[in-house]
Amino acid sequence: MNVLLDNLDLFGPFFLTTIELFALAAVGSLIFGTFLAMLRVSPVPVFRAFGTAYVTIVRNTPLTLVFLFMVFAFPLLKVVKLDYFTAAVVALTVYTSAFICEVVRSGINTVPVGQAEAARALGLTFTQILGQIVLPQALRSVVPPLISTLIALLKNTTIAAGFSVAEAGAIRQYLSERGENQLVGLLWVALGFIILVSVLSVVQRSLEKRWSVAR
Amino acid sequence: MSNVLFDIPGPKARLRYRAFAVIGVVAVVALIAFVVYRFYDSGQFAPSKWEWLEYSQVQEDLLSATWFTIKAFGAGAVLALIFGAIFAAGRLSDHAWLRGISGVVVEFFRAIPLLVLMFLFYYGLPIAGVQTTPFLAVVLGLMLYNGSVLAEIFRAGIQSLPRGQSEAAYALGMRKTRVMISVLLPQAIRAMLPTIISQLVVLLKDTALGFLITYQELLYYAKFIGSQGDFARPIVPSTLVVGAIYVVMCLLLTALANYLEKRNRRNKKVIKTSAKNTGVIVLTGDAGGAAGGAA
Repeated sequence: MNVLLDNLDLFGPFFLTTIELFALAAVGSLIFGTFLAMLRVSPVPVFRAFGTAYVTIVRNTPLTLVFLFMVFAFPLLKVVKLDYFTAAVVALTVYTSAFICEVVRSGINTVPVGQAEAARALGLTFTQILGQIVLPQALRSVVPPLISTLIALLKNTTIAAGFSVAEAGAIRQYLSERGENQLVGLLWVALGFIILVSVLSVVQRSLEKRWSVAR
Repeated sequence: MSNVLFDIPGPKARLRYRAFAVIGVVAVVALIAFVVYRFYDSGQFAPSKWEWLEYSQVQEDLLSATWFTIKAFGAGAVLALIFGAIFAAGRLSDHAWLRGISGVVVEFFRAIPLLVLMFLFYYGLPIAGVQTTPFLAVVLGLMLYNGSVLAEIFRAGIQSLPRGQSEAAYALGMRKTRVMISVLLPQAIRAMLPTIISQLVVLLKDTALGFLITYQELLYYAKFIGSQGDFARPIVPSTLVVGAIYVVMCLLLTALANYLEKRNRRNKKVIKTSAKNTGVIVLTGDAGGAAGGAA
């Protein structure tokens, strides 16, 4: 208990940074991932190919490698200067988007064919069908896997600790500098994550109940 | 699969799609060209940045780093499969206390970030008087985390089997263990094989976390060679090369998963798992599942 209470100045702000990282990357990857999914089901083969290539490459690359690239290699390109936090958000977004894309796409496949057919019969365009008929139903039906992906994202934020971002995963390092017991400190960090994950699971269950599409 | 959303294009639509295609190609090519130009402009393609690949010592080290990655993957995969099997059996047990303990263990290790687990083993255990090596910490972390996810996959696989399977086996006079080993497991493993392999792809990617606790695997080597002044600090080339190695390794595993899935679809012995149960699997399987549904 002492390790936690004596170092609340670490645990508080660092877990806050974790939540910030998570929130920004979650919003980013939900938007970009849905965009990728739209590419993957579009009528234009080139768009589909681009979406597929992105998803295949990113899903088979370790997240740590994406981080390594964003933090050490990207600055050499001198395009824009990113601080460590922004670089971490970008790395997490780039990586998680590929998974969100696949979840959304599988959701699109669960929408009955008749829905799109009826919409087409009414004369709606592809964008209208996707945006107003199919995607809203698809997103509602994939709430559980979508939130599982976000839970994975939350846990993945710890990797930022290896790249100079002061978030929960980095608490250990600071504890060791203060000569505190790292074992106990890490157990508190673990507990923190269990709590955060449980919160997301509760959200998942309630959304699942409220949003499930009656078919 | 996607032609649900649009009709077979007529002449006008074909023209429009072609226009979009041209715009798309131009945009993608422009993006790639920009990135390549930035690489070129900042000297990343200079021959001096790639010379390191020619040294036989570097090649050997790269191979040994790959071997370290594969070693962690192999040990982690075997142990995670065993851990998963044991705890899946535990969660399906008839004894409430065993179900309870297994459930807590599985949920616990699934909620903790893998990196925190590895930190616990590498930096935490020595404080409790147990010495660990980076390799051991990586393998233990991989075993506990991926093992827990695998336990859920196994459980979902067994629960997705029709009840008649076990009922018939009991009617023939088999005992619990016999039913599990001879009847349920073979079918469940067959049905779950693609998902299991997807999880192994996740495990393979997770070995890269070892880099953060000084396990000298591929990524560690990429950073090491990338910071060598003698080779003009080729961090961009080294990440590209190592990234390619990872993608190839994972794609090989994914190809295996796809092959098994195809074979499964032909094989009448495999029992179709219902949509409800595959939902359970998506839920349990991390962001993972690099092999993904071919849906």
